[in-house]
Amino acid sequence: MTETPAVEGWFTTGSEPALIASKCEACGTLAFPKGVDFCRNPACDGETFVDAELSRTGVVWSYTDAQYQPPAPYTPTSDPYQPFALAAVELPEGIVVLGQLASGFGVDSVKVGAPVELVVEPAWTEEDGTVKTMWKWRPTAAAEGGN
Amino acid sequence: MSNDVAILGVGMHPWGKWGHSFVKYGVKAARAALADAGVPWQDVDLIVGGETVRNGYGGYVAGSTFAQALGWNGARVATSYAACATGAQALDTARSRILAGQAEVALVVGADTTPKGFLAPNAGERWDDPDWLRFKLMGMTNPGYFALYARRRMDLYGATSEDFAAVKVKNARHGLNNPYARYRKEVSVADVVNSAVVADPLHLLDICATSDGGAAVLVTSVEYARKHGIADPVKIKAISTVTPTFPNTIIDMPLFSTESTAAVAAPELTFKESIGHAAYEEAGIAPEDVSVAEVYDLSTALELDWIEDLQLAKRGEAEALLRAGDTTIGGRIPVNPSGGLACFGEAVPAQALAQVCELTWQLRGQAEGRQVEGARVGITANQGLFGHGSSVIVAR
Ligand SMILES: [Zn+2]
Repeated sequence: MTETPAVEGWFTTGSEPALIASKCEACGTLAFPKGVDFCRNPACDGETFVDAELSRTGVVWSYTDAQYQPPAPYTPTSDPYQPFALAAVELPEGIVVLGQLASGFGVDSVKVGAPVELVVEPAWTEEDGTVKTMWKWRPTAAAEGGN
Repeated sequence: MSNDVAILGVGMHPWGKWGHSFVKYGVKAARAALADAGVPWQDVDLIVGGETVRNGYGGYVAGSTFAQALGWNGARVATSYAACATGAQALDTARSRILAGQAEVALVVGADTTPKGFLAPNAGERWDDPDWLRFKLMGMTNPGYFALYARRRMDLYGATSEDFAAVKVKNARHGLNNPYARYRKEVSVADVVNSAVVADPLHLLDICATSDGGAAVLVTSVEYARKHGIADPVKIKAISTVTPTFPNTIIDMPLFSTESTAAVAAPELTFKESIGHAAYEEAGIAPEDVSVAEVYDLSTALELDWIEDLQLAKRGEAEALLRAGDTTIGGRIPVNPSGGLACFGEAVPAQALAQVCELTWQLRGQAEGRQVEGARVGITANQGLFGHGSSVIVAR
C-alpha cells in the first residue's frame, strides 16, 4: 500500500510534518496555499518566492463538523458515512488554515483558543489502492486537560 | 449636487420552487416594478441584469435576456456579477449612469432558479480551484463556514443554540404575512434545536435554503421623479461594494486559509465591517439613525454577526439585543422584517435587490402585516464569494 500526499508540495511528511507556504522575496508576505505568480500585498509587486515551512502548532480559531456526507468531489472514507470534525487554526505567522481534526477527535475535543498540532493522516483511498494523505489538526495534551 | 437617485418602483416574483425559467421570474418582477412606478417600459433607457451562473448563456447576459423578453426598446444594457452582491452591483451601475447624466430611467432586474441541497462545485477535476479543492481535500461545505462563525459566537460571547433558534423564530414570525416569502409558518425554538445538526452547532432550521425568485428596482434621477409628480420618493443614499483590504484575516467561503499578517498588520476593520462603514460614510448617515435593517441571514448566527458588523450593536452584544426584543418589529431596531433568508431562501442574483424592495416598502409605509412604524432610514448588508459584498442605504 503506497501513501502519497493528496496535493503535491503543499506539506511535508515524516515525524514532524509542516505546511509549506510561499514567502515573497521582496516583502516577506507568507501565503498558503503557495502564491506562485503575484504577491498578495498591495504595496508589493514581488513575483519571486521561496518556500517557507509554517509553524506546526497553533490555536483553534473555530471548529465544526460535517454530520452529512459532503457532495462530490469529496471522497467518502467509510460506508456508512462517519461524520468528521474540522478546525480553522491560527498559526503564529498570523494565518488561519482549515483542516479536518485528526481521526478520533470531534467537536468536543476543542474550544476556541485550544492548542493543536499538525499531523498527516490517510484521507481517502484511490481506486488503484493508493492512500492519499492530508494535513489534519490534532488537539494536544494541554487542550484535553483544559477541557 | 446631490448624489441621490430615486427609487420609483419595486417588484418581486414570490420566492419558491416553481420550476420555471429565471426569465419568467425576472419579467414578472420587472413588470411589477414598472407598474409600481407608473412608468412605461418604453421610457426605460438603461436595463441592468444580475447574472445567473446556472442558466446557460441567457443567464450570462441576463440584462439583454430580460430586455428581449420585455421587447427590445433600444435601451442601453449591462449585466453584473458579484456573487451574493450581484443585485447591489447592478443597482450601482444604474445609479452611476444616472448620476453621470447618461441615463434617466434604469430598470435593474435579478432572478434565479436554484438546485436542491448543498451547493456543490461544478463537475470535473480542478486542482487550482479553491471552491473544488475545499470539497475534495477536506469536505468543507457552505454550512461548515457558517458553523465556524456561529461557534465563535458561542465560545467568545456566550451565545447559545437557543439564541440562534430565537433568530429563526423572530424571522419566521416577521415573514408570516409577506406575500413574497416562500416559508410562511411559525417556528418554535424547540423546532429549531430539535432539527438535525448539519454542521455543529447549526441545525437544519438555522440554515437558509436556496430558492427560485426574482426582484426588480426601477431607479430614476431625482429630477425625473419630480417631473412625474413624486416629490418625496425613497432615495438611494449609498451603495457600498468595497473589496477586502489586505490582509483579510477572517476565513471566507470557499477558501481554506486567510491572508497572513506576517508582513503587514491586519486592517482596523474586518471585511464585513468595512462594507457597512463605507456605506455610512457615503450616505453621511450614522448607525444610530438607522430605523430598519435587512441583513444576509444565510444562517441564524450570521444575522447576529451582521448586527455588529453594521454597528447596530457593540461586538458581542447582538444576543442581548435579540433577547430584549430590540430586533423584532416593534423593537428599537427591527432586523429582517421581510422574514429574511430564513423565510425566503437564497436566490443569489435577486437577493440583494429583494432587500432593497423590502426597505422601499418599509419606508413608504406599505409593508402590510410587517410594517416598521415610522421607518425613515434603512440599510442592507450581504457578503458573497471571492471578496464581494454590499450594503445599500435608503432614506426618505
Ligand atoms: Zn511581496
